[in-house]
Amino acid sequence: MASITGAITEFRQLDLLANGNTSVHRIDARAKVLVTLAFILAVVSFGKYELAALFPFFLYPAVIMALGNLPVRHIARKILVVLPFALMVGMFNPLFDQTVLIRLGPLAVSGGWLSLASIMVRATLTVGAALILVAVTGFPAICHALDQLGMPRIFTVQLLFLHRYLFVLTEEGGRTARARELRAFGKKGLGWRSYGSLLSQLLLRTWLRAERIHLAMLARGFTGEFHPRRTTRFGTRDFLFLAGWSGLFLFFRLVNVSQLLGTIVTGGRG
Amino acid sequence: MHMADALLSPAVGGTMWAASAGAIIYCSRKLRQEMDGGKAPLMGVLGAFIFAAQMINFTIPATGSSGHLGGGLLLAVLLGPAAACITIASVLVVQALFFADGGLLALGCNIFNLGVLPACIAYPFIYKPLVGSAPSTTRITVAAMVAAIVGLQLGAFAVVLETVASGISALPLAAFAGLMQPIHLAIGVVEGLVTAAVVSFVYQARPEIIESVQQARLLGQTPLRKVLALFLGAALLTGGFVSWFASENPDGLEWAIAKVTGAEELAGPEQGLHARLAGFQASIAFLPDYTFKQSGQQPENKAGQESSLGSSVAGVVGGLLTLAMALLSGLFLRRRQRRVA
Repeated sequence: MASITGAITEFRQLDLLANGNTSVHRIDARAKVLVTLAFILAVVSFGKYELAALFPFFLYPAVIMALGNLPVRHIARKILVVLPFALMVGMFNPLFDQTVLIRLGPLAVSGGWLSLASIMVRATLTVGAALILVAVTGFPAICHALDQLGMPRIFTVQLLFLHRYLFVLTEEGGRTARARELRAFGKKGLGWRSYGSLLSQLLLRTWLRAERIHLAMLARGFTGEFHPRRTTRFGTRDFLFLAGWSGLFLFFRLVNVSQLLGTIVTGGRG
Repeated sequence: MHMADALLSPAVGGTMWAASAGAIIYCSRKLRQEMDGGKAPLMGVLGAFIFAAQMINFTIPATGSSGHLGGGLLLAVLLGPAAACITIASVLVVQALFFADGGLLALGCNIFNLGVLPACIAYPFIYKPLVGSAPSTTRITVAAMVAAIVGLQLGAFAVVLETVASGISALPLAAFAGLMQPIHLAIGVVEGLVTAAVVSFVYQARPEIIESVQQARLLGQTPLRKVLALFLGAALLTGGFVSWFASENPDGLEWAIAKVTGAEELAGPEQGLHARLAGFQASIAFLPDYTFKQSGQQPENKAGQESSLGSSVAGVVGGLLTLAMALLSGLFLRRRQRRVA
């Protein structure tokens, strides 16, 4: 139960952050969606052993989080929750890939450990980018941006509907689950039979709710489309945001900035 | 079973995005033809239902671990394949954006594995024929069980294929499949049990819901042969595309760069910007001669090794510096923002 209430709170917090009104929030949602995609593509396109070249990419989340006034700890915690999943598959790399690639003095680093580290850094960057996108744009705006970029209208309407009823349904689910917990006397639920009928009851109630919603919407003239409250224009600022960041990502992808800087600082022969 | 961005190569991610986008466009068209207005809010609310249901756990008998509903097959039974596919896709989008389950690049894979496979393969080709025209509780149970298991096995195998084709994880195909398939056999049994329980319950309480979908032949009208040919074609195309990418070049972007510049790589460290900067390196270097000198175990012919050592030290130092600079610039911007505010 704690998990359900916790999930709802998390959800609300991201939605609340999107209500901000900073320079990043005001950028057209399309530009932000495309920059996020460019970022993720650039990050995942590196070879599996690349580590140093990934570090410059931390600039993007750092700058956006600062300009968008996002709580760093909150975002970091959300990323931490997801990292174990990447670790679960990545932890086999050191076992299967033991060829030594780097020697740092007495320390020999195998390809497996290197690629594991690379996976974790990638995961941090890509997960962070997605969370930041929602936090500075807001889910409905992202949906409308995707709609303008050519996503089928039906899918847009579906996403908006889902977002709207998520809170209602998760709260109802949470209440139902709490009621079950109270009758389970410390056991983890009451087995799959009661789980089945619990879900069925929730489903039937959901179904009736959907019918009522539909009638109410028809009464208010719903024709199958949502109309966004504010229409946005893709201006010069948005274009500069898109072009600037995409260009920078391309630069980071082509030039290993870490290596370059390290060579300068250590005076090595790189 | 969510795929993660970190384990995915752009070629595989992009191909699966294309596949899933195609499936969503196809399902949207289907749905627009059939749309009775009531389905839009129903899909939305049922998506939220699946979302909520996935958070409620139950104890799996005899194991002590807990499981939850996936919901792909259940939605297909309640809504039909096209609507189910779209609904699951929407749930996955929300999970990717708000809970960072999977990721944005992996979204294509996840929609395909968890949405398209159960709703558009397991439901029409396994569940529907097994239930037949006259559903009964036993038939529903058997059909849901078989369809859920097959759907999850397909999904798990797709995860294995996508991960191995990406080549980021070092897990060999056989080992990974040997790990994934048995686990998902168990998960499939649970999914089948719960789906059967819910569908039977709904069938007894409100039979018209199940029957209306049973009669509406969304995908059923398309002959099996045509659908199979379509999937075979898509599979060949995908396989060819991915293997071509994988064999020619490890990543798509490098390939694109080679196409654009006509060179395999842009100016390498020796000739390009690096060399020009080398001139004033000495004056800037605040950690001069920090490159580790070999202790002299292999006195000769270690130039290559040493320079690779030097470059890896430079990589570590430079990487940490870059990271620090990236984070500091964020900190600086934040300070300034606070001052302005």
